[in-house]
Amino acid sequence: MTTKAQNRTTPLTVISFALVGLWLVLAAFPFIWTLWGSFKVQADFFSKADWTNAIFGVFTTAETGGPFTGKGYYGAWVQEEFWHSALNSSIVVFFTVCISLTFGTLGGYALARSGFRYAFWILMAALVFRAMPHITLVSGYLLPFFEWNIWGILPTTIIVLVAINQPFTLWMLHSYFQNIPKDLDESAMVDGCTRFQAFRFVIVPVMWPGVITTGLFSFLLAYNDFAVTSMLLSGENETMIPAIASFLGTTQVEGNVMFAVAAVVSATAPLFVLILFFQRQIVSGLTAGAVKG
Amino acid sequence: MKHRTFFWFILPTLSAMILFIALPIVSVFIQSLYVQHEQVLVVSESCGPFGCTETTSIDAEATAKIREEQPLGQFNGLKTYTNRSHLAFAEVGEAWRESQDWGTFLDAVMDLPFYKALIFTLTYTAVVTPLVLVLGLAIAVGVNKLPKVIKGPSIFVSLLPFLVTPLVGSLILFWMVDGDGIIGATLQILFDDPSLSLKASTPLTWIMLMVYGVWHTLPFSFITFYAGLQTVPQDTLEAAQIDGASKWQTLISVVVPHLMPLVAFVTLMLLMDNFRVFEPIVSFSAQAHATSLSWFIFNDLRESGNPLYGSAGATSILTIIGVVILLTPVLIRTWRDFNRKVH
Repeated sequence: MTTKAQNRTTPLTVISFALVGLWLVLAAFPFIWTLWGSFKVQADFFSKADWTNAIFGVFTTAETGGPFTGKGYYGAWVQEEFWHSALNSSIVVFFTVCISLTFGTLGGYALARSGFRYAFWILMAALVFRAMPHITLVSGYLLPFFEWNIWGILPTTIIVLVAINQPFTLWMLHSYFQNIPKDLDESAMVDGCTRFQAFRFVIVPVMWPGVITTGLFSFLLAYNDFAVTSMLLSGENETMIPAIASFLGTTQVEGNVMFAVAAVVSATAPLFVLILFFQRQIVSGLTAGAVKG
Repeated sequence: MKHRTFFWFILPTLSAMILFIALPIVSVFIQSLYVQHEQVLVVSESCGPFGCTETTSIDAEATAKIREEQPLGQFNGLKTYTNRSHLAFAEVGEAWRESQDWGTFLDAVMDLPFYKALIFTLTYTAVVTPLVLVLGLAIAVGVNKLPKVIKGPSIFVSLLPFLVTPLVGSLILFWMVDGDGIIGATLQILFDDPSLSLKASTPLTWIMLMVYGVWHTLPFSFITFYAGLQTVPQDTLEAAQIDGASKWQTLISVVVPHLMPLVAFVTLMLLMDNFRVFEPIVSFSAQAHATSLSWFIFNDLRESGNPLYGSAGATSILTIIGVVILLTPVLIRTWRDFNRKVH
């Protein structure tokens, strides 16, 4: 119920509205600007003399005949073979998400149902592992991986990303399973199920909302990773994010910055779609750990 | 749950974590005790009509052979930790003795690569974390008052900077603050200085990186606080109003205390994430003015052809120690909570 007193305009309200407005502009503008600019030529995207060039595409019209050009995208996807990196990215992300969810549900369920002291220690260790910068672990991988000759291939990277993902997945699913009443699987066990059968036939059918939310975050971790993929993958197996980083080195010299701009927009597009469809799950996932403490 | 069943359920995830997180830490530690082989040098004497000259050349074959046989390098003990690129006790001590005031001492310390990275990482964490907390709360309170129709879209827009790939997000900003980009060019006009470049000066680079940090992590605190605001009990709010509290007073004395557990959680997450700041430095090519611990390790490993495993290992161990120190208060608190629940 809102009363008149609550709706009264005070300086505080004005300030907070202004702040929200400012934030929304700051959050959205860089993306809109880069998306729009990716269809221009470099002289327009970096238009020092007159910023309206970037909007109307004066140089783009002069160079290509129209106000929009797909040259950057052609250069990135076809010339620089960005499609190859995109393919690698989808393989890595798909397998990372599937494997880490499988491992995570089993482990998270066990932790949620076990009151033993070692369950607590596993969770604490996971918290410390979660806080470790990924690059510190990478420095431990390189030498053994070179020795065993498994450096540079996709499966190695997938399993490493799965492992790095585990602490987070465990915490998330552990707190989700704790919210599923114990009686559910325990009554199944009274009826003669083994623990695994109870899990398979009683818990699995009701766990999907939590698993999907966790899966979204596993996806983001694998998709956004730069430290692991850039150090552990060889040139031809590169995923999208390290590919963009290496574009920077090569294209800046050749004056093909627009290739990198197009690649950046292409890499952001899937995330945009993800937020569009899963906004509610992402928000609930972000706050899940918080509300339960 | 029986110990046996627990073991089988936890086995896959535990073995993944032991193999790829716990063992690498051990491997990093062992690496940090070794140092690369030096190149095998051959001294050969060539005598000509004007006397003999000694030339030193690298025996590539022998060097490759010894590196092949002992990939770890030669044992170096803890010397890597104390050398000039890491803790640099000797250099710091010298700077302490020789410098007259704090300014010169800090300058001398900032020249040492490890301290340069450490100081930036700590400053970044210490500046970005509180800013994000306060601004996030302010925006959450603002959005909470918006009409329902705008709430959804505004949350959608806010999620973008948080979920975007850090490398990509910082690149987008980097192009905009470029001297020829829209923000960079506007700043040049505003300050009437055509040579103004955010990339060329150390303080401006630091500010730019921190602005990126706030932009990137603000949505997380905003959304968590926004969710928390939905659970503030209406009765208490009304009671405060009846007692004549102003909006500001209500916010400070009712809403903020209610959100305190959330503040602790958000602070913990922000500390962990800010401490590993890495990608923006790559994107902004800011290494000349600002390096972080993560970037320092990355750079050692990137050393083309001859990665400095020992040096990277030592920095990694020091970073891990830093993370543990950062987490100690949380770990102690969780331990107490757990004990209270059990007994």
